[in-house]
Order: sequence, then C-alpha cells, then structure tokens
Amino acid sequence: MAEMGLVDINHSVVETEATNRGYERGLIELAERGVDIIVMDADLAGSSGTGEFRKCFPDRFLDIGLCEQDMMGTAAGLALSGKCIFITTHGMLAAGKAWDIIRSTICYGSLNVNICGADAGLSSGAAGGSRQSLEDVAVMRTLPGMTVIVPVDAVEAKKATMAAARIPGPVYVRFAAARVPIVTTDLTPFTVGQAAVYRQGDDATILACGVMVYEALKAARQLEDEGLGVRVVNCHTIKPLDHAIVNRAAVETGALVTAEEGSTIGGLGGAVAEALAQTVRPTPIRIVGIEDRFGESGKHEQLLQYFGLTARDIASAVREVMARKRGRQSETGSMARG
Amino acid sequence: MSPTPNELRDIAKIIRRDVLTMILESGSGHVGGSLSAADILTALYWGGMRVNPEMPQWEDRDRFVLSKAHASPALYAALARRGYFDVKELMTFRKHKSMLQGFPDMQRTPGIDASVGSPGQGLSITNGIAMAAKRDEKTFRVYCLMGDGEAHEGQVWEAAMTAAHHGLDNVCAIMDRNMMMGDGSTEDIVALSPLVDKWRTFNWHVIEVDGHNIDQILAACSEAGTVKGRPTLVHARTVKGKGVPFMENKPEWHDRKVTEELYEEAMKALS
Repeated sequence: MAEMGLVDINHSVVETEATNRGYERGLIELAERGVDIIVMDADLAGSSGTGEFRKCFPDRFLDIGLCEQDMMGTAAGLALSGKCIFITTHGMLAAGKAWDIIRSTICYGSLNVNICGADAGLSSGAAGGSRQSLEDVAVMRTLPGMTVIVPVDAVEAKKATMAAARIPGPVYVRFAAARVPIVTTDLTPFTVGQAAVYRQGDDATILACGVMVYEALKAARQLEDEGLGVRVVNCHTIKPLDHAIVNRAAVETGALVTAEEGSTIGGLGGAVAEALAQTVRPTPIRIVGIEDRFGESGKHEQLLQYFGLTARDIASAVREVMARKRGRQSETGSMARG
Repeated sequence: MSPTPNELRDIAKIIRRDVLTMILESGSGHVGGSLSAADILTALYWGGMRVNPEMPQWEDRDRFVLSKAHASPALYAALARRGYFDVKELMTFRKHKSMLQGFPDMQRTPGIDASVGSPGQGLSITNGIAMAAKRDEKTFRVYCLMGDGEAHEGQVWEAAMTAAHHGLDNVCAIMDRNMMMGDGSTEDIVALSPLVDKWRTFNWHVIEVDGHNIDQILAACSEAGTVKGRPTLVHARTVKGKGVPFMENKPEWHDRKVTEELYEEAMKALS
C-alpha cells in the first residue's frame, strides 16, 4: 500500500501527537491562506487546541465564555452573514449540552458551522466519565445534513479541518487531547466521505476510525502471522458513510469488525450495520467499542486496554466473525448438498 | 410615504384577522401570542425596519429574528401584507408542502432571516448577525422579538451577557411582555419580575413602551438607533390575545383550535 503514503508502523518508531494539535495547524493555515474564518471557543482555548491560533489571529478569535448554547446560536448568526465558523469545545459539551441549538438553528438552517469536539472519546483520560464523550458521534450522526468525521491522527486532523471549511453545511469533527500514534503522512490521500483501504486482505475486514485505525493495523499484522489476510479500512467519515467500500468489504471478505473509541450504540458500528442490513446480504459483524457504559478516570492507554480497545481485542473480534462466517458457509454448503 | 397612525392601526387589525383565519383554516396554531405581537410587527415592517420586500436578500436590509417563533402566524401575515409573497399563501399555513411551516423556516419562506423554533434561541442568532455586521462595517440593525415565557430559558441570559459584553448597539430586542405562557401566568409559574431590572443589570439600555401603541414602538426603535456601545431592550407591555375580548389574558388561548362559531365572534370584534 505504498501509494497511501502510510508510516511503516512495524519497522519504525511511531511518533505520537494529540489530534487537537492538527486541528490548530489546520486553523492557522486556513487563516494564513486568507479564508474568512472565525474561531469560537468556550473558555477552553488553553486545552482544546486554539490557544496558538488566538495568539496569531486575535481578530479572528472569539471566546464566548462558558456559554456553549449561546456559542452555537451566535455561530449560526455569524454563519448567516457568510462567515465560516469553527467552534471548539469538549465533545460532550458540544454534542451534549448544545445539541438542541446545533439541531434547531445550525442544522435546520443548513449553516456553515464546523463544530470541533476536542478532548473526545477517552482522550481526556484522568477527567473521568462525566467529561468523556462516548456518545458524540452517535448523536451528531442523527442530525440531517451533518457531516461527521473522526480523524485518525494529527496529520489527518489538519486535513479534515481544511476540508471542513469547504463543506457548505454543518460538520462535526472529533479530536483527541491525548497523544495518539501518527500513521499517515502529508502524502496520504484524504477525501471526506471516501474511506481509505490501508491494508488489503480477503479473509475479513476491520473498519476503524480515530486511534482505532492504528490498533486495527497492529491487529491485522498479528493475524497475518496466523495466516489470515485482513483488510483494514480507515472510515474517517462516519457520515456520509462510504457505502461502496463497506459493501465491497462485505461481499469480498464476508466478515467485518468495526472499531471505534466510543459507544457501540449508534456510532461507526451502528452506521455500518444499518448500511449492510439494508443493502447487501447479511454479513457477520462485531462492533468493538465501549458497551453502553460511561468512561472513568485513568491514563488514555490504560483506558483503551480496560475497555477492550486494543489490537488484541480487535484480533479476537476478527477470529470471532470469521468463525461465524465459516459456520454460515458450512450451513449454506449443507443446505446446497441437502 | 410612511403610513399614517390610522393606517398602521388598520394594518395591525388586518394582521390579527389574518391570524385568526389562518388558525381556523389550519386547525392549529398559537393565537394568543400572535395577537399580542401584531402591533409590534406592524411597527417594525411598516416603518421601524429598513427592508425591501422586492429584494428579501438585500445585503443592507435590517434583519429580523422571531425568537418567539410560535407567533409565526402574525409574522407570516405581516410579510404577506407587506408584499413578500401572495396573501393567498396564508391559507396554506401548517399544511403539507406549504412555504409556511409551523415555525419560521428561512429556506422556505421569503423574508425570513433565520430559522427558529426551539424557545430561547433567537437572541444568540441576533447577536451573531450583529457581530458579523460590525466586522463587515455594515450599518444595518438587527431586531429580535422575544416572548416573556422564553425568558425562562438560560440561553436568553447567556445571550444577554454576550450582547452587552461586545457592545452590540446594533441589536434591538423587543420583549413581548404579555405576562402569560401556555400553562398560566409567568409570575405564577416561575416569576420573571422584576424583568426590566434584570435587563438593566445585564447592562442593556431599556425602553419601556405600551406594546399596542405603534407610535411608542416606533419612537423606541428610533431611540435605540442612537444608543452607542450598548444593546437596547424594548420592554413592550402587551395583552395576550389582544383585540379579541374573550381571548384576552386567557392562557388557554396560547395554543388552541378556533371553532367556526368563535371565529365569527372574534372577527366581529376585529371588524
């Protein structure tokens, strides 16, 4: 997969960086290029990745205070006058506290507001369950016209930020506060709505987003040693989902695992299951994520292990769906013989 | 040529009659709060605001946000009578495929500057439009009509702080203070008084008017235009259901179906 310009995670030391930082670089580059953006923050510029932007472009920065609801409404008003808005707050404050305003003013009016959920997933680590957003992808995905992106690393986070500015309607992009492995480079293709195959294989497919893409690549490497060819797809855009790549994975490999750093209800796994249940023949799927519970305090890596979000967990999930696929094949076989 | 005081009173009466006919025809809609807002809307669209119905998207027009979005029948009637679209459209209110949705939708109705629906959200939108105007050095003003019931929403007070903090003197918010909400008196449910003091404490310039006196409303809009460095709140004392005696000050007429019989009686009162 040389054409994808990926970092060789098996043979080099993998660097890490918070995806919040990539977001900030994207904002700075947009402003430097002269795009008429306004960055809004609710008293989190220090931690969420807009502090440097504020220093460089004070006139393009608006700290609204701890008023997430008012921030969304004000953003709608600015967008009505043609401004391209980037809103930053913690994922759970954006998707939770301000959801109605995002729905009723921003989405209902199809406005150009980009909502950036910083410190999302388990990445706020020590903060614990009340501050970790595990439901953000699910609740944002239900909004008509909303694009939902979960970048894999800081490099892709910058590309997603730049791309969001060009999308006329509302966008939700999810970022992590914790340092996560960098698996892509400036050369890696990124197009909103187009999932990217990072590793080929015909026995099963792992569809992952965010930090779980790195874990998926490691899982595929482990499974290769067992003689299994596992496809790995970076599903950075949860909505609109890349139905073509998902369908092809279902038809060609017949066994799917989805992996995300969020709730197993309604996120990437939900989107893939909804798509497949209605478009191609039923396919064994295993959704790896956090199962209907809140997070808790701990280091990010520790929490990924605790909640079963590591390469090892993904590899077990692949073995499980492959067993179901074989069961189905032998059933079909015996029916055909009978 | 601007309309005379008598002509303005007639326009407000026509809007009230339209509201009743629309709600009779649709079988639902918010009567009481539409009737309380009719004079304010007349003042804004026939003198208070700089608008051009032939160019609803005119860049330099004054903007209007109906935060008390349930008063949509009164706004639609005002827009139709002002010439934004055919008066016949009013009979499609709340019906399938109508350009006149239950709550204002800017993507369907000419003259609507912002889609609104969920209570307490209009002032934030107003502030955003006003901030953009200042950034772009535009001189248009931004008007927001709020209901008193929605002042229970916390977002209203977040927005009140934002407007004052940023010195948005191009914002003129009008509070339709009819003292009633769906379940009864605002003061019995969760008291808002002293409401005028609240706005003053939030650093707004406050003007108190009789919300059914169009001259006073127009004068308040003019005064607001001269205030520097602060947003203006026009506290308009109104009567819910104004103009139809059996609906006046009756919370049950917040949102209630109008029967043929009561419609005739109401129209007589407004003849």
